[in-house]
Amino acid sequence: MSGQRIPGGTEIDRSRAIHFDFDGQRIAGFAGDTIASALIAAGVSVVGRSFKYHRPRGIWGWGPEEPNAIVDVTGDSHRPNCRATLEPARDGLTVRSVNGWPDAARDRLAVIDRFARFLPAGFYYKTFLWPNWRLFEPGIRAMAGLGRVRPGSAGFAAQAPEDARCDLLVVGAGPAGVLAALTAAEAGRDVVLVEQAPHAGGSLRLRQAQIDGMDGAAWLRAALARLAAAGARVWLRTCAFGVYDHGLVGLAQGVGDGARLVRLRPRQTILATGAIERGLPFANNDRPGVMSAEAALAYLRLQGVLVGRRVAVALASDAGLEPAQALAAAGAEVTLIDARGAAGQGALPCLSGRIAAVQGRDRVRGVTLDSGASLAVDTVLLAGGHTPSLHLYAQAGGKPVWDDRLGAFVPGHDPEGLSVIGAAAGHLALRAALTSAAAAVQGTAPGVPDAPHRPSLAVWPQPGMKGRVWVDLQNDVTAKDVELAAREGFASVEHLKRYTTLGMATDQGKTSNLAGLALLAEVTGRSIPDTGTTTFRPPFVPVPLATLAGLRAGPLVNPLRRLALEGEHRAAGATLREAGGWLRPAFYGAAPEAIQSEALQARLTVALADASPLGKIEIFGPDAAAFLDFVHYNTVSTLSPGRCRYVFVLTEGGILYDDGVLLRQGEEHFILSCSSSHVAGMHAHLEAWRQDQFPQARVMIHDTTPHWATLTVSGPKSRAVVAALASGLALDDGALPHMAFGWGWFAGTDLRVARVSFTGDRSYELSIRADRARALWLALREAGAPQDMTLLGGEALMILRVEKGYPIVGIDTDGATLPMDMGMSAPLTRKRADFIGRRSLMLDEAQRPDRPQFVGLAAEGAVPLPTGAHVLDLSGPAPRSDGFVTSSRFSPFLRRPVALAQLRGGAGRLGERVVVQHMGQRMGAVIVAPDQIDPEGGRLNAG
Amino acid sequence: MQSFPCPFCGPRPETEFRHDGEAGKLRPALSCTDSEWSLYLRARTAARGPSREIWTHLPCMETFVLQRDTLSHRVGEVAP
Repeated sequence: MSGQRIPGGTEIDRSRAIHFDFDGQRIAGFAGDTIASALIAAGVSVVGRSFKYHRPRGIWGWGPEEPNAIVDVTGDSHRPNCRATLEPARDGLTVRSVNGWPDAARDRLAVIDRFARFLPAGFYYKTFLWPNWRLFEPGIRAMAGLGRVRPGSAGFAAQAPEDARCDLLVVGAGPAGVLAALTAAEAGRDVVLVEQAPHAGGSLRLRQAQIDGMDGAAWLRAALARLAAAGARVWLRTCAFGVYDHGLVGLAQGVGDGARLVRLRPRQTILATGAIERGLPFANNDRPGVMSAEAALAYLRLQGVLVGRRVAVALASDAGLEPAQALAAAGAEVTLIDARGAAGQGALPCLSGRIAAVQGRDRVRGVTLDSGASLAVDTVLLAGGHTPSLHLYAQAGGKPVWDDRLGAFVPGHDPEGLSVIGAAAGHLALRAALTSAAAAVQGTAPGVPDAPHRPSLAVWPQPGMKGRVWVDLQNDVTAKDVELAAREGFASVEHLKRYTTLGMATDQGKTSNLAGLALLAEVTGRSIPDTGTTTFRPPFVPVPLATLAGLRAGPLVNPLRRLALEGEHRAAGATLREAGGWLRPAFYGAAPEAIQSEALQARLTVALADASPLGKIEIFGPDAAAFLDFVHYNTVSTLSPGRCRYVFVLTEGGILYDDGVLLRQGEEHFILSCSSSHVAGMHAHLEAWRQDQFPQARVMIHDTTPHWATLTVSGPKSRAVVAALASGLALDDGALPHMAFGWGWFAGTDLRVARVSFTGDRSYELSIRADRARALWLALREAGAPQDMTLLGGEALMILRVEKGYPIVGIDTDGATLPMDMGMSAPLTRKRADFIGRRSLMLDEAQRPDRPQFVGLAAEGAVPLPTGAHVLDLSGPAPRSDGFVTSSRFSPFLRRPVALAQLRGGAGRLGERVVVQHMGQRMGAVIVAPDQIDPEGGRLNAG
Repeated sequence: MQSFPCPFCGPRPETEFRHDGEAGKLRPALSCTDSEWSLYLRARTAARGPSREIWTHLPCMETFVLQRDTLSHRVGEVAP
């Protein structure tokens, strides 16, 4: 190849010059160039090295089928393995070839190719089997290369995916796609037309045509104007990469740029995906300068680039004639080589026969024909016929059928809601393509003069061909590799693919699968349809993971919920951490030593904590009490209004799902305060059972968690602090005992005051409209100052609840914990009503006396037991686990470690000394009741 | 991605739904045998082909019965 820029080019803007760097070489181009067209125009011949043998490779195609020109592109972002044929050339880009070191032109590993006969298909598997493939894999992978990821370099900016619907989606804006979209849009349908290229037109961009008496380009302009007027959405640079369940089509918008994902649900899809030109088999058909004839025509027409000066065009199809004539008209010296015989090709010199081999290494120097004749040329263009693009059709469930006349698979039966038109359906001639398009949308086809043409000839690689004949350029699979695979018994097309890696490269075999298949069929003595195709899977082109992820990256993968009082916590110096999905104060100040002093101060005076994430699910209705009796382990219908009860919720398997406090506001109104991390799950659980068992008119469930802020005041001096609010609610223990609640008035709104404790000390949970939380916070801080009040973060709260033996479901319990294991057995024997999970608690397994049970552990040392440490059973010949530590803290109040554990038969073993082991270290501990601070409960009412 | 018809919200993507098991299982009375209860808890038909399934549309919490073919993914009638 010896490309050059010549006048012309419909899609470049010569007033806008651009420059980019390719392997250290400054390349000039124009706006509208692709990286590929600019490289050809600059005379660059070698654009990459092959994957396995490090053979020099040049540009083959002009679209997503490109097997060779794979480049890493660095601009604002770094993107490896882009196709140079799709990537727009931009000013200031740094473009690097792949598989070559230091670069494609001077690759030092090129020597590998001399040993090619020792490296057949399966070589690596066979050779590096012993002692272990994994020892060799890193080195082999490094040699194989492909693009380089740069850790730390910026990816392209994330974009939010879009969900869209339409009546009709047309994929491909070639003449057939445009006609179908236009006809449907003018009939009033809601149409989306997508095209992966930056311009609509397909073959009309490059080939001369007459449609309705107009020149093809003029017809296209008029059709696009009418499409816009009819309200159709035309999305260019948008690739339909996959068809999924229920007709969902995945679109990548802006391929080559850092694409955005669009999930489109059309009612009907028409595929006008066209056909991809294939090559011809001969020795060294992978040399730079051997390329698709259609691609050469595209570079000439679109970017004004002439790919070579002395050009051989090898034909098996008339599709190669127009490129030959166009290049000749542009000044190239063109010779035709027609596999169908040299008859009636007009003015160009034409030889009959096939190419046997290409000479030259980094660029083509000449060709030898099978007749023995030779020609000195710098470029070889191949027109081996077209292969319909059936990827999306097959993904949608369509079964391609073999068309012997075309030498290609064509669509068989259409899957529901999907049809195929134009070249993709095997209608390669313009007239037939437009007729099929019109028929698919009940329109009329425009007039196209009949162009007489000679039938094409399918030319496949044959067994025993001389020299190295490439089938798959990107994965370096030759005809001999396919023959070897067949000889070794890999006769199924799926086995062939896996053994030789044919079609497994990033181009997914767009130019190679059919040739490999045809050769396998020949070697194994079967027909091509009997041999079958491999499965087509999405995506049609590589789609960056960042496109699929969209905005779901970094903190947005799992967005944190924020407290209404976050600003106040920050002002108070809080260290904020995620807990249960919420960002909340872990402790106040920067030093973790604060945790111990907060926990101690809470026991001595009073503490203020933000408990807003606690669930507040309200249940209303005449059947609310019966419903809650059914969903709770405990009986709750006997609860008086104004009172609270500690409750368990079980799954139908009897497993403890969550605990919480249920408040009865009125006869038909309850508020369930569940664990903060279980709110969504609990809401869904309640809704599911309500809809299954109770009439909608008699029970209603509403989650009000985010509407309220909840502040907890806890400690011996807590009543004085709450009293200072002067909310009007009587706080004496007769009026408001432990596990009662009432309503006061504060900051012009209702204030719910509940005597509920998660510390074991006298506590008040104050709930108020979230937008009034700041006033309550400030008032409580002011009222607490004379009482020496501390702010209490989540970490210190954990110490307090471990001291008291209050469990957290999911931390101190697991997926096998039953309510009796937590020491709560009464409801099972006393409750009359049925409840979720009850029958499971009656099974033998649930009644076993040696079940793991919830206990406390008092460590004998001064260091807390590690969470997760095992309690050992040393009675047998070898130690085994008897249970494990679930929570463990150092208690500043008791001045010793405290721990909670699940221990086999633990409830009956209080006072026993046990050995605890963690990472090989053993410690002593004594089994105690979970409550290590106040088993009588006096502190709940102290102060 | 499949598209399921929520009786309340209309067609929505599959990822918004939670599968709640197969439809038509009845909760046995407390007096049932252990094995009857175990079958209720654990036994699944896992039909290959037409099936009736319970789904919940999480944004609106509507729970409904959906006829669906587990092989073709064809979606049929919906009942709240």
